[in-house]
Amino acid sequence: MVKTDLSRLRAVIAKNRRWDLIFGGIGLLATMLGVVVLTVLFVDLVIDGWSRLRPDFFLNFPSRHPERAGILSAWVGSALVMLVTALTAVPLGVAAAVYLEEYAPKHWITELIEVNVSNLAAVPSIIYGLLALGLFVYLLGLGHSILTAGLTLALLILPIIIVATREALRAIPVSIREAAYALGATRWQVVSNHLIPYASGGIYTGVIIGMARAVGETAPIITIGALTFIAFLPPAPFTGDPPAGPFDWLFSPFTVLPIQMFNWLSRPQAAFHVNAAATGIVIIVATLVMNGIAIWLRARVRRNLKW
Amino acid sequence: MTSETTPSQQGESYLDRIRAMRRVRNARERLVEGILFLAAFFAVAVTVAIVAILLYEGAVFFRHVSLVEFLTGTQWTPLFENAHYGMLPLLTGTVVTSVIAFVVAAPLGFLIAVFLSEFAPPRVAQVLKPFLELLAGIPTIVYGYFALLFVTPLLQKIIPDLAGFNMLSAGLVIGLMIVPYVASVSEDAMRAVPMALREGSYAMGATRFQTALRVVLPASFSGVMAAFVLGISRAVGETMVVAIAAGQQPNFTFDPREPAATITAYIVQVAMGDLPHGSIGYQSIFAVGLVLVVITLFFNLLGQMLRKRFREVY
Repeated sequence: MVKTDLSRLRAVIAKNRRWDLIFGGIGLLATMLGVVVLTVLFVDLVIDGWSRLRPDFFLNFPSRHPERAGILSAWVGSALVMLVTALTAVPLGVAAAVYLEEYAPKHWITELIEVNVSNLAAVPSIIYGLLALGLFVYLLGLGHSILTAGLTLALLILPIIIVATREALRAIPVSIREAAYALGATRWQVVSNHLIPYASGGIYTGVIIGMARAVGETAPIITIGALTFIAFLPPAPFTGDPPAGPFDWLFSPFTVLPIQMFNWLSRPQAAFHVNAAATGIVIIVATLVMNGIAIWLRARVRRNLKW
Repeated sequence: MTSETTPSQQGESYLDRIRAMRRVRNARERLVEGILFLAAFFAVAVTVAIVAILLYEGAVFFRHVSLVEFLTGTQWTPLFENAHYGMLPLLTGTVVTSVIAFVVAAPLGFLIAVFLSEFAPPRVAQVLKPFLELLAGIPTIVYGYFALLFVTPLLQKIIPDLAGFNMLSAGLVIGLMIVPYVASVSEDAMRAVPMALREGSYAMGATRFQTALRVVLPASFSGVMAAFVLGISRAVGETMVVAIAAGQQPNFTFDPREPAATITAYIVQVAMGDLPHGSIGYQSIFAVGLVLVVITLFFNLLGQMLRKRFREVY
């Protein structure tokens, strides 16, 4: 009697253990699938595009001849657009986060802002393109320029920077604030002398992740009407005839890396697909490096912070 | 200087100086607070601007096209001589690709979340999670390349009559793309479940599998649902993968083997062309954009509601 019960019990336990193992195995497989996809994607791109990754690829303008075409105007355009994006989105995002975390009283306006920030993070990127097309390009008359693209991407990554900055601020213990207030510091002194410096690791992480997102973003830039064939560079300040002003490059037509890749990918000839793959390698390396730095930075900040 | 200042007078002037400094300081404080508030309120302004621009530009379109034709017509040919403005073909394209993406992303994302939060030793999870984050950071244009030139040829070996542009491949790749997102939101929800519940379950002799399915999942159910809903919203708004791999022909069909355009792919197609600003074809992208915003807004609000619920329980 006791013996049969025991063996039945053993069977039940064995069955449960088996299921536990099977499910763990399936879970591991599913997770590894992510790693596999990342690897396959990267290897596929490298196999297709490696042959074009020579110095002249970075120094040539796009061309009708696939073997002579390069990404000079694209990477310069990407760099300049990123510059505009960073200069707009970082101050705005950090300021908004500081207000929401340190100043905002609890009432309906704050609530409204909170709902809007989390909602903006989920608005499809192409909608930002439509906003920019209607607002920046036509209403404000900024044209299909580097400035328009930079501002558009700034709007797009604003929620990322706000959320990251808020998390970094929230991680700072209240005792730091209390100590500073006890010494007679004003709110802005507490924020600017203590909170922002202590949160800087987290803020950098958010900014880098946001910029990595912006580098690869294609849809909104297409929507504002970036040209795909650009065989010149934006005017450098004080060059040319008549000399360009210091900010003329802001209003120059441009192309960026993902647009160039899309353009080559849309052509039927396989030779252009090789160029697209090579551009893809450049984009993916840029975003992986940026995201990698952000992940590393975050891990380091978390390890070093012992309040 | 003839008159001597007494110590009390010195104190007075010192106090005056402090008062003046404090006035300046307080003014600066208020100014800073005002600037910071404006920065935060900017988020509301952007939302308002999005809706206003879409309505303003879409209005031109709806002056020429009836809402009934727009929402129920089965032909979408605004760029042709004989123009029809029924957006159902764009909707079917969007629905088919999103459903395929959901079928891929929901189970995979869920399994990964359970594995990382309940099964994996912390050290393994610490190594695997950054990989998922990197995967989430890959630009969509690269996924588009992957769908067109890797997944489609692969699928054509299994399904010989698959078109070169098709919704199946685009949907599958969007699914893979949103897996990390679904996984991370679900995992957050599972981590929010208090340890005491798990400990109680283990103390009763339950295995990890039983604890995960019967204790952790019910406790984090609304969070997992939120992950699914927010995942769908991402799939609906995804642009480059469908624009590259699904073709850009509006096609009123539910057959995933066929090419079709989604709402987003249509916007890209028009933006790439050189239609003049103000023509109906041009304004039509704002009209379909409005529909896209309404759809994604619905899923986002639903997702955020569900997400809030699991946060409030404990």
